[in-house]
Amino acid sequence: MTFVPGAAALFILGMVAIGLLRALRGPRDADRLLSVQLLGTGAIAALLLYGVPSGDASAIDVALTLALLAAFASIAFVKAAGGYDDEPS
Amino acid sequence: MDAVVDFMSIVAIVAGAAFFAAGTIGLLRFPDTMTRLHALTKADNLGVGLVILGLLPRAGSITAGIKLLLVWLLVLFAGAIVSQLVGRVASREPPR
Amino acid sequence: MIDALNAGIALLLLALGAYAVMAKDVFAALVGYIAYGLLLTLAWMQLRGPDVALTEAAIGGGLTGAMLIAAATRLRDRDAAARAPMPGIGARVLAATLSAVVASAVAWSVASLPEPAATLAPQTLAAMPALEVGNPVTAVLLGFRALDTLLEAIVVVLALIGVWSLAPDKAWGGRLGRLQHAQPDGMLAYAARILAPIGIVIGMYIFWIGADLPGGKFQGATLLAAMWLLVWMAGLTDAPAVDRRWLRAMLVAGPLAFVAIGVFGAVQAGAFLAYPAGLAKPLIIVIEIALMPTLTLVLALVLVGPPLREPER
Repeated sequence: MTFVPGAAALFILGMVAIGLLRALRGPRDADRLLSVQLLGTGAIAALLLYGVPSGDASAIDVALTLALLAAFASIAFVKAAGGYDDEPS
Repeated sequence: MDAVVDFMSIVAIVAGAAFFAAGTIGLLRFPDTMTRLHALTKADNLGVGLVILGLLPRAGSITAGIKLLLVWLLVLFAGAIVSQLVGRVASREPPR
Repeated sequence: MIDALNAGIALLLLALGAYAVMAKDVFAALVGYIAYGLLLTLAWMQLRGPDVALTEAAIGGGLTGAMLIAAATRLRDRDAAARAPMPGIGARVLAATLSAVVASAVAWSVASLPEPAATLAPQTLAAMPALEVGNPVTAVLLGFRALDTLLEAIVVVLALIGVWSLAPDKAWGGRLGRLQHAQPDGMLAYAARILAPIGIVIGMYIFWIGADLPGGKFQGATLLAAMWLLVWMAGLTDAPAVDRRWLRAMLVAGPLAFVAIGVFGAVQAGAFLAYPAGLAKPLIIVIEIALMPTLTLVLALVLVGPPLREPER
């Protein structure tokens, strides 16, 4: 069953790639951002599925950096595309 | 014991991949931004979470395991923040 | 299955690149660009380059993405895109031809590399024990090719000075960039308050392990800069004024320390940036620590932009 992580990684990447169609079609910038978020999360999952079973410890560090910086880029995007996005709820 | 852990790990990974599929289908088929947001968070939280859960037994050391959990926490948190922010923006403008 | 994955990543990269270039809306193109950076990280990991993957994730995915977003926002605010004339068909054909020629040249060179490719890796690995660092990338960047790293450090400071030179005359001496508005108890502030401390710890961790594992000062500095930018975007802090002495001191401290160590090497070991025997690792650590503040400041402040507000008295 050692092929399961690799196959899962391939499957997840295929899924988030299909999700990118939303980036193509989605009428608003927010929809495009959502599909990029999905891509980022999928890339993190695929990275870990490839790195951890083969004992590559650096994969986890790259996943940490990806998670932080994808969040940073998304927040920057929403702040720019949405104008002032903070109001007292 | 080892075989049981192995089996659970595979189940978790497959379940995680299934949630990614669910998230993608939701993203593509739901009718508007807010509902797509809802689909995305399923992939974010449970997809990555189950995959990491499945990988925990295969992590080399306790430190690696803790770092894996930290990755999951970060993805969870980042997903929650971005969902809130996108939700506010999406709820304000009329759909183009 | 690995081949299928690599082929899939390559095709997806091509598709994302095409989308980023051809999208009509700037923000749509930016989304394609950020996605491209994220996927390229995966590609680098597949090519067994974790240091490059870290740098790509940090700079390519996050920081340049945010930089382009800031630029697009400024252009949109000034309506520049609406007023700029579309380049004529001749210019576009020329651009496409040039890009195709360069891409073909690169592809041909890569395809015609001898098998196995000529490499200095064995010699590097053989010479590494003298430096006492475990990560060959760090050994090359701060040991064998330290001169390149020194010049890079100087170039990034010059880039920041270039950005500052765009300041309007009356704003010189004032604070950098615009004041960011946000509710102190809103979502953005909450995000900054929670993510920033975690990011800072992870940034310092990645900086510290760079000696023996993939990582290093550049990736660590990018993480620290991104976290500071998050706090700045949330309106919880303001950028410093351009004439602050501590700012300028910290900016030049890195390259200055590097040059000083180079001169020390010239005196003690016979060549600029040569490390005397036994002092290699301590000197490398000193250089890395000295360069961290410089790199962090430059990466963060390039995004903030030139001073745009009048100096406060």
